[in-house]
Amino acid sequence: MAADDGHSRQVVEELLAAYVTAIDDGDLERWPEFFTADCVYRIVPRENDSLNLPLAVMSCNSQAALTDRIAAYRKANLFAPHAYRHMLGPVRVTGEDKLEIGARTNYAVFRTALDPIDYGTSEVFSVGEYRDRIVIVDGLARFREKTVVVDTCKIHTLLATPL
Amino acid sequence: MSLQANGQTNRTLPSGDLGWNTPGVASVPYKFFYDQEVYEVEQRRLFRGPVWNYIVLESEIPNPGDFKANFVGDTPIVVSRGRDGAIHAFVNRCAHRGALVCREMRGNSTTHVCIYHQWSYDLEGNLIGVPFRRGLEGKGGYAAGFETAHHGLQKLRTACYAGLVFATFGAQTPPLVDYLGDVARSWIDRTLNRPVRALGYSRQLIDANWKLYAENVRDPYHGSLLHLFNATFGIARVSQQGGLSMDPSGGHNVIYARKRTQEQETRAYSQEKIRSYQKTFSLADPSLLQGKPDPLIDTTTTIQTIFPVLVIQQIANSLAVRQIVPKGPSRMELVSTFFTYADDDQATVNTRLKQANLAGPAGYISMEDGYAIELVQQAIVHAGDEESFIELGGTERPLEDDLVSESPIRGFWHRYRGLMTEEQ
Repeated sequence: MAADDGHSRQVVEELLAAYVTAIDDGDLERWPEFFTADCVYRIVPRENDSLNLPLAVMSCNSQAALTDRIAAYRKANLFAPHAYRHMLGPVRVTGEDKLEIGARTNYAVFRTALDPIDYGTSEVFSVGEYRDRIVIVDGLARFREKTVVVDTCKIHTLLATPL
Repeated sequence: MSLQANGQTNRTLPSGDLGWNTPGVASVPYKFFYDQEVYEVEQRRLFRGPVWNYIVLESEIPNPGDFKANFVGDTPIVVSRGRDGAIHAFVNRCAHRGALVCREMRGNSTTHVCIYHQWSYDLEGNLIGVPFRRGLEGKGGYAAGFETAHHGLQKLRTACYAGLVFATFGAQTPPLVDYLGDVARSWIDRTLNRPVRALGYSRQLIDANWKLYAENVRDPYHGSLLHLFNATFGIARVSQQGGLSMDPSGGHNVIYARKRTQEQETRAYSQEKIRSYQKTFSLADPSLLQGKPDPLIDTTTTIQTIFPVLVIQQIANSLAVRQIVPKGPSRMELVSTFFTYADDDQATVNTRLKQANLAGPAGYISMEDGYAIELVQQAIVHAGDEESFIELGGTERPLEDDLVSESPIRGFWHRYRGLMTEEQ
């Protein structure tokens, strides 16, 4: 991947656009497909990140663990019905070499309630930053590592749908 | 006991008005979960009364000058490590005109200075500096009788047990070891058997009264019915191979579970034909549950509650303390501090971090709790005089070796009702 031609940024933008569309459409079975088999996905409160404390509120150390998250989401976990809408800021490519692109991207997620009490109410559910390491596998961009640093560390009720 | 030493009234809940309509603790009027007056009586009689409120882990503030902001009930406080190494706590409200003094969540400082008029306090909350105390050029200032010793921050008593720090407003609160009692201490000694350090925090804002959560963590009935993760993935479930432990006051409870076989599990669910049992899926990444037991811990799960706001969690190798913070009658915050033993190797730390997926706001077997108690809060509107039904396993609060019981919840209400209605 050549530097400075904007190609890397475009690769990241396209991957992120597809990624958030899958989540916002509720197409969560596709979520693991955006990652490599040996991926690391973590949702880390900014509080912990700033204190150099390692705790994540959700962490998956493999694509299989992402699959488990979705299986539990569909079969086991219970939560108020809701929908997400992601908004992304500009992608900043922070590093790249022949093998990997590093990027930081601000995000905001609005959560809209679909339960009978709060139906149709949207809230700013989570704001923060994606810190991504992206590789090309069989010609397709995939997250090798995705760390979601969550400014909104006080999570409203629960976090079931991935960010 | 009397709260009059604090200049506070000794008002109790008038029976038949704010109080229960019935004797006993096997039903609770729903108004107790949203009534503003009940909430304010709680703040005074309970949180600022003769109880020990968990506020911090000792290891979070190891050095002199370290401080952390927190709450007792919903009163903002600061917990601070003094020059002498002792832990102090004081209300975070300037003795001058009432402004919040400490404006950071945590840090290290040699003094705490209110920015409004720069009254400054030492690490114990004593007033040490007042600008223009003698006025300017002989004019103004405070009267000659003004003494800084009379204008310190309001102090709370603190006490530590097994690395846990507690604070109390009550002058008559018994010593912490007696307040905890033998039963609760024996379980704390087991989970906090050596020094710990924090791995990080998770925070949840839940639109429900704090007592609904206090009930939830004392409710052994809901585990296998509400949380379907273990049953769905064929992981040994808690429903029978476990037990309860309760201190004589009723307020401190333990719900624990030990492993049982998959065969027992399947049979139990099939017999009951309950929704929780499904033909098993299996985890694609089973490493989630491949920890090794701590030598001193023989349970798969232990949820210990210390009245009123502390929960000590052991779920497999995931360890945490949770603090319940009331935020008005219909809202609460849950702050979890996940920890590891200070002498754990990195592999063990990694296991604890991975198994943190089981608990917290995204926890495989905990995310439903906040949701379930919000469902209660949403539905009890205008039902203040109606009552919950807490008679599983009887109407008293005996110790039972059976998880099909609500006796720990009745224990909580016994302790609560005593504090809210008895002479203090």
